[in-house]
Parts: sequence; structure tokens; C-alpha cells
Amino acid sequence: MRQLLLFISVILVGFIFIARLFYLQVYTSNPHDLFLDNAIRKVYDYPKRGFVYDRNGQLLVANQPSYDVMVIPREVEPLDTLEFCNLLKIDKEQFIKTYKKAYRYSPRLPSVFVSHLSKEDYAVLQEKMRKFDGFYIQKRSLRKYETSIGANVLGDIGEVNTRDIKKDPYYRMGDLIGRQGVEASYEDILRGVKGIKFIQKDRFNRNIGPYKDGEFDTIPQQGKDITITIDAKLQEYGELLMQNKRGGIIAIEPSTGEILTMVSAPTYNPNILVGRARSKNFTKLYNDTIAKPLFDRSLKAQYPPGSPFKVLNALIGLQESVVTTEERFICRRGYYYGRKKLTGCHVHPPSANMNLGIYESCNAYFANVYRRIIDKHENPYEGMMTWSKHLKSFGLGDYLGYDLKVGNKGRIPDGDFYNKWYGKNRWASTFNISNAIGQGEVETTPIQLANMVAAIANRGHYYTPHIIKSIKDDTIPQKYTKPKYTTINKEHFEPVIQGMFDVYNKGTAKYVKVSGIEICGKTGTAENYAKIDSVTTQLTDHSIFVAFAPKENPKIALAVFVENGYWGSRFAGKIASLMIEKHIRGEITRTDLEDWILRHSLEDEYAKRYSGEPFQINDKTKLQVVKEKEYYRLKRQLNNISKATN
Amino acid sequence: MVRETNRHFKFDWVTIIIFLLLVGFGYLNILSASHSGSSAIDYFDFSQPYGKQLIFIFLTFGLIIVLLAIDAKFYERFSSIIYIVSMLSLVGLFLFGKNVNGATSWYAIGGLTIQPSEFAKMATALAVAKHVSDLNTNINTLKDQIKAFVIIAIPAILVLLQNDTGSTIVYGAFFFVLYREGLPKYYLTIGVSIILVSILSLKFGSIITSIIAVILLIGFHFISKKKLHALQSLFILLVTVAISFGIRFFYESILKPHQQDRISLWLRLEKDPEKLEQMKKTFAYNLNESEKAISSGGFSGRGFMEGTRTTGKFVPEQHTDYIFSTVGEEWGFLGTTFVVVLFVLLIIRILHLAERQKTQFSRVYGYGVASIIFIHFLINIGMVMGLIPTIGIPLPMFSYGGSGLWAFTILLFIFIKLDSNKINEW
Repeated sequence: MRQLLLFISVILVGFIFIARLFYLQVYTSNPHDLFLDNAIRKVYDYPKRGFVYDRNGQLLVANQPSYDVMVIPREVEPLDTLEFCNLLKIDKEQFIKTYKKAYRYSPRLPSVFVSHLSKEDYAVLQEKMRKFDGFYIQKRSLRKYETSIGANVLGDIGEVNTRDIKKDPYYRMGDLIGRQGVEASYEDILRGVKGIKFIQKDRFNRNIGPYKDGEFDTIPQQGKDITITIDAKLQEYGELLMQNKRGGIIAIEPSTGEILTMVSAPTYNPNILVGRARSKNFTKLYNDTIAKPLFDRSLKAQYPPGSPFKVLNALIGLQESVVTTEERFICRRGYYYGRKKLTGCHVHPPSANMNLGIYESCNAYFANVYRRIIDKHENPYEGMMTWSKHLKSFGLGDYLGYDLKVGNKGRIPDGDFYNKWYGKNRWASTFNISNAIGQGEVETTPIQLANMVAAIANRGHYYTPHIIKSIKDDTIPQKYTKPKYTTINKEHFEPVIQGMFDVYNKGTAKYVKVSGIEICGKTGTAENYAKIDSVTTQLTDHSIFVAFAPKENPKIALAVFVENGYWGSRFAGKIASLMIEKHIRGEITRTDLEDWILRHSLEDEYAKRYSGEPFQINDKTKLQVVKEKEYYRLKRQLNNISKATN
Repeated sequence: MVRETNRHFKFDWVTIIIFLLLVGFGYLNILSASHSGSSAIDYFDFSQPYGKQLIFIFLTFGLIIVLLAIDAKFYERFSSIIYIVSMLSLVGLFLFGKNVNGATSWYAIGGLTIQPSEFAKMATALAVAKHVSDLNTNINTLKDQIKAFVIIAIPAILVLLQNDTGSTIVYGAFFFVLYREGLPKYYLTIGVSIILVSILSLKFGSIITSIIAVILLIGFHFISKKKLHALQSLFILLVTVAISFGIRFFYESILKPHQQDRISLWLRLEKDPEKLEQMKKTFAYNLNESEKAISSGGFSGRGFMEGTRTTGKFVPEQHTDYIFSTVGEEWGFLGTTFVVVLFVLLIIRILHLAERQKTQFSRVYGYGVASIIFIHFLINIGMVMGLIPTIGIPLPMFSYGGSGLWAFTILLFIFIKLDSNKINEW
């Protein structure tokens, strides 16, 4: 028995050891992942981010070096803190706070001490840097905007957050990612692919050499340059015209679907979202919930389109053969159903055919056409379905599929919509007659309106609007070069286009005519309401205008939308004419319009609803004229643009 | 001629092969652990541990030949002299020793350092064998027990005075030897009881330990047929309580702070997660890194020279006391199990050989060899995996170090020689 004590002990210990090893190495062990191995340092080599050019080859976005002051706390020697703080433009408390934070993070590893030094500060600091042991300057790459315009189009880049990392494991903490505009849409192309080096480190976190002689290392792939469809000159001009107003301008080249201009007002200078001031400025923009400068109105503002919608009803009427171009409807300053006036109208010759209906924007005419479309079938459900199918073929009521990340679907009601609303077949065309004139349940975004105009300009097809013109050494997606056809036959477009032409000739927009350019357009005035202290209150109408020009071989189709600008040709019509002239002729002959737009502001109008006092709207309001100083500022800007053009 | 050939085959080749496997595998791991970065390996770079170890191994073969050539009778006859010389070498350390890492355990001769405490284990094993096998010795008598304890205690105390606590504990191995040779059973009972009482007291406190003792005694009274006298029970209880409070006092007032920390970590006495984090960065750093390295090896390991934690030298002292963590990372569960199995087989083989010896001297010595290797194996691997508090002793034949390798070679091959000679013993 005595022989067994040691024998049993040995066997027992052997078993315990193997069990413990099994626990450590098999049961709780994870498969090896180089990225999770903290004995391997991952050093990323960031490629140059691609540049962005406008359609004429003007450089819009480039890169600039930025300088971060780094600190390795362990290596810091006693220093003249006062001088150092002065150089960095920080105070002593901040110095101590940052230093402690860096020390807590790691005494041996570098931390950012002050980020994004300006070039000037860097130049001064660089000479003195040798005096400060443990600090050094690290170069990083930031975006540099070569222009002050197009903040909503160009977008910006920011550091990734945990959600981005979860979504795409490519990103690591501290990486930059496109946040808005093309930076976000073409992130993958602009970004390139970062290279990675695996470096073996020792327990003091020092590098001791490449892991496996660099077998797994990759080299970075440079980001590609892109050219966008924006015409920077036109964009700049549009942004100038929209100053002191809110709203959007969106212009499309009908023959390609390229977005020429995308103005959202108010906007901001994209350069303020670069570097050290970024977070401060972004917070300021983000917190401005009244003017909402970060809200891209050209893509996201969803409102009833108003009268421009009428031309679509004319087209559908012709396609469905429920009306001819010559048939006349009587207008008694409104449309009556029995003795009930369903919709009003304004003063114009009492009997309207299609041409007059369009250029005088007769509500009664379109109410009749709309009722015929809906009532063509046995029940209004079928009619409504047909009507909405035609509208959807113009890209309304759903995302258009353009290459920017924000947008809204708009709304085109169909039979199911009203069945749900009123109950199955418990409704008729008269219930929703407002749809005839683009009010009621219909809602669109400016880009949808512009696209709809482009489809009319093309006589029945459109190209999905897009912002990308070309990618260096690559092609753009096919969906932007393939036409999409509407459900309206080509021949029905001519009379409608003639009507739109006459809007300028003798109709609602005759005062904003540009001689020498055949413009087809349609005014729009959309009623709108807001909840003020939970009371629904009517505000001054939105001024809307859609147009394309020239009539034959159109070069530009656009939608202009000015919040609370009252009737269509008052603000939006003028801006549309100026934009068209600028694009087609390159210079402005109607400087009277230009002057009027610069001189007038809507800021007072916008302030009303927040004033807390009762206010008047529409015809009872007074136009606000800007102060002389502001007017001259705008004039100077205008001169700069013209100078640059010449 | 025929006789000559037979003589070679008398050596126990199983033991020799296991020995060679351990030395060889040990060398590979020392190479990996001490080679830095990705620079090309110069196997004969004698400024590096792996280069030195290669020389040590070559010299070992010479040593083996000498050990096997010496007549077996020599070891028994000269055991007393070897013991005395060895003890003198330990005493000499107080005068001429070189201090490394707080322990004065080395002689520095030229560029070479020798650690006499490694050799003292072998000398003590010989002396104990000599004493126990003496015809005048009866281990059941107190006089001879005290003699044996003195033989063991002298080197144990000497190394303790040199701050080499790890080596002191190794001398506990001789308990197995004496027990095998007839040390009364109550030594085992008392020894195991003291260990249990100590652990319980440290983990749960003296009061709970005393209560457990009372419950056990009452339980024993009802279950066992052999009744203890009430006074006997009371005596046991009093001793238990005394030990329990004594060990707490010892732990709190006598142990040095770093030793307290090690025990506190081992018995998981610290519950505060923040303090645990702090421990991982300070005294538990080695253990934490070593467990991580072993764990990261997984089932089949990262491959020879491929372990990132080994290459990065994350585990301090990895080529010496923590060599097993290299095996863990680079060879995985398969490699570590292989090493554990090799050690278990080696110890069992030696026990088996010891039991078939014809002289008591050889048997006792064989038991000594097996016990010493076992204690090293138990403490070293247990420590690297966190099963035993941190005690710095090498893994026999495996860890880097000339003194250790040679001392174990001598220890083992004296026994192989004794074993090969058993036919001549009548």
C-alpha cells in the first residue's frame, strides 16, 4: 500500500493538469484572429482620398494636410508650459487635463494632444518643437474644399462611430467616412482601400519587427477621383439667388438625367466642417431647428406640388382619351358640384380649352378632366388605380433611385389608399378633387418635380437623375444611362408643352419671360399649414415653378421652390428664368429680375410664426426689402461670379 | 565482446528515451522563447540562451558517459562525502555567492554561473538513501526519523536563508521517500490535516475552520467504530484551532507582502474587480500573460516559432520557469498533453524501476529521484497554469539553465547506473 501513495499522486496530478489544459486551450480558447491578437500591432496606411471635380473640370474638393500634436507621456521632460500653451493656444488647465487623460490611456503609447493645427500654427510650432521632449507633430489628411458652395451636394467626412463599424468591419476606430452628399454616396470609390501592416510587438508595446515578414500585409489602393454632374457656376449663382430665402432649386439635364444644380437654402460653407472647428460648427448647424441648414430641401422637402401637377392630369386625360385638346369647360370662378363650390379659380376668360387651361392654370378645367379620368371606369377604385399608375411612371410617389443618400418618397394616392381612408368603394372622384390641382393627398419633392419636367421635356422618357458624371478608370452604373419610359404616348406631349410654352407667352409667367429663349413652364402656388402651439394655422403659400428650355432639344429642366414665397411667378418663376438664362446664355439680360430677387428677403415672413403674435398671410403681407449693406454684399458676390465666368 | 554489448542494453532505455525527448523538446521551446523578432537564427550564437543551452546539452552527453562509466558502488560509498561537499558549497554561498534576482544562489566562475542548490537535491537523495538503507537504521524509531529530518533540513534551511523558497519546498519531496520506507502513517494524516486546515483558514477564516473541525469530530464519533476518547477529541480540536490561528498570524504578520499577494491570488481571496485588474498588471502579470499564452494556443497550437506572445516576449522568464507557456502557445493542447504524459510516464517508470531494485539503497534513491522530479513537475506546471501559487522552480530537463540540466542529468543517470548494476548486487 505504501508504494501506491506517490504513484496515485502522479496519476492524479497528470489528470488534473490535462483537465486544466483542456479547459484553457480547448474549452475557453477562441480561434486565432490576427485583428484581435493584442501582441500584433495593426498599422494602417491610409490612401489618398479621391478628388471631386465639377462637370467642367473645376476642382471642388481636394485634400489638405493637418497637423496633430501627439504626446507620449513617459517621454515628456519638464518644460516651459506657459510658452507651450501659448504656442498651442490652450490654457494651463486644459494642458493638465489633456495630459492626464493621455497618461491614463497609456504612458507608453502616443495620444493626440491637440488636433488639427492650422498651417500657420504649425509653422510656428515646428521650429520650437525640439524644446518639448515627448511631444511630436503628426501629419494627417483632411478634406479641403476649393469652393464655398454645394455643401449639401459635396457633403463632408467625419470619424466613424460604433454603428458604422458594426455595419462594415472595414472601418476601425478613428477612420473617416463620408457623412453626407457625394462623400457618403461614393464613399467606397473616393476612399480607396487602406493598406495594413502587421507588426509584432513586445510586452512594452514596442515594435520588434514585421509579423511573419509581412506575409499578410497589404498595400493601400488609392481613392479614385470623381467628376460630378453639378455645374459649379450655376450652383453658385443659384445659391446666391436663394439667399435670404428658404427652399430649393434642382436642375436636371433632360437628355442625360444629370443633376446640374442642387441648391438647398439656407446652406453653409462646407469649409466650416473641416478641422478643429468641425464639431463646434456641426453642433451649431444641427441645433438650428428653425432654418435647418442640414436639411436638404431640394431632395427632402415634401409638399403638395400645386399647379405644376395639372399638366400631368392633362397628359393622363389625353392618354385615357377622356378629353380632347379642343374641348372646352366653363369656369365660373370655380368648380361646382351641384351647388357646392369644390374649388375656386381666379379671373380669366370663362371658357377654357386645354391650352388656356394650362397657361391660365384654370382649376375648374382640371377638376373636370380629373373627374373624367377617375369616373371613366365603373367604380372610382379602377380609375384611381389607372391615374396613379400613370403618375408613378413619371417617378412620383416613390424613391427615384438617384445616387444621393437622402430623399423622400412623396405620395401618390391610389384606389387602395382611399379604400383604406373612406372604406371600400365608399368614396367618389369628388371626394378628392383637390388632386386635380396638385393639392389634397398628392405630395412631391423638388427633385421629383424636376424629373417630371425632364420627362415632359423629353416627350415621354427620363433618365434616373444622378450626381455622378464619371469615375476615373471606371464606369458609372448602367441604370443612369438607360431611359425609363412613361405610360403616356409621345404625341400627347406636344399640346401640353405648347400650353406650358404659353404660360410664358401669355399666361401666368409672362412677366418673367426671357427674350430669345423659348421656355416652357408652369407656375405653382401651394397652400400650407403649420401647427403653432398645437393650432393648425395657414401660412403664406409656397412659391413653386417648374420649367424647361429650350422648347426643342431642351438643355435644362428645373423645379424651384421657395417656402412662403406666395404665388408661383413671384419668387420661384423669376429664379427659374434667371437660372435658365444663366445656363443657356451664360449671362443675364434680365438684370431687373436679378436685382429684384437680391433685394427681397423672406426672413421676416419666416420669423412670423415664431413671433408668438397673430400675423397676416398672402396678399396681406408686405414684401421685405433687404438692408443696403446686405444688398451690396450680395451685389459684390454677384460681381465675383460674373468676373470668374468671364 | 558479447558481454560488452549486453552491458549497453542493461540500461533502461525507456527512461533514457523519455529523458532525451524532454531535453530535445525543451531545447526547441527555449529556442523559440529566447529568439527575438524575425532575424535569422544563428544556432550557435552563444550570447543567447538557446545558444548556451545547446552547449549545455552537448556537455550533458559527456557527463552521461562519465556517470555511466563510474562504478555503481562508488555512489553508495561516497554518498556521505558528496553530501558534505554539497552542503559546504551551499554554506560557501554566504561568502562568495552572487546575488541574482534577490537570491544568493550562484557562484560566478568566469562567465559561468553555477547554482549549487540544484546539485544539493541529488546529494541529499544519496544521503537519505544511505541513511535509510543502513542496517542500523530503523525509520520507525524517533531517533532515526530525526536523523533523516536533519539530513533533509540542513540543505532546506540553507537555501531558505539564501532566499530561494522554491528550492526549500522541493525538499518536501523526501516525505514520499520516508513514507515508502516505513514512516508511521500518522505523519501522513497530520501532514494532510495541517495542509487542509491551513488552506481552509486562509480561505474561510479561523472561526469557520474551527466549526468545521467540531462538526467533523462529532461526525467521526457517530460513524467510526473506533471511538476517540473525549480528551483526545478535545486535544485534536485545540490543536486544530491553534494551527488555524497560527497560520493566519503567519500569513498576516510573517509572510512578506509579495508572498501574501501570491497566496491571495491563488486562493482567489480578492473579490474587488478593480483590484483584480490592478493585480493583473503587477504581481499577477506573469501568471496572467502565461495563462493567456497557453490559452491562445488552442487545440493544435500556433506552430513552432509562430506564437505571437512568445515572439513578443509577453511572458517574462519564459525560457526558464515559464517555458511551459511556450509549449502551450505554439504546440497547443496536443503539445502540452504530450509533455504532461512524458513526465507522468517518466516518474512512473522510475517508480517501477525503484521497486524492482535489489538493494534498499538503490530503491530509496530511486524513490528520491521520482519524488524530486514529481514535486518540480507539480509546482512548475501547476504554477504556470495558475493552480498553485507562484513558486519559482524550473521544469526538470526542460527549462533553460546549465546547472538545472546537469543536476537532473546526474540525479537521473546515477539511478540508471544503479539500476543497470542490479544483477551484480547480491
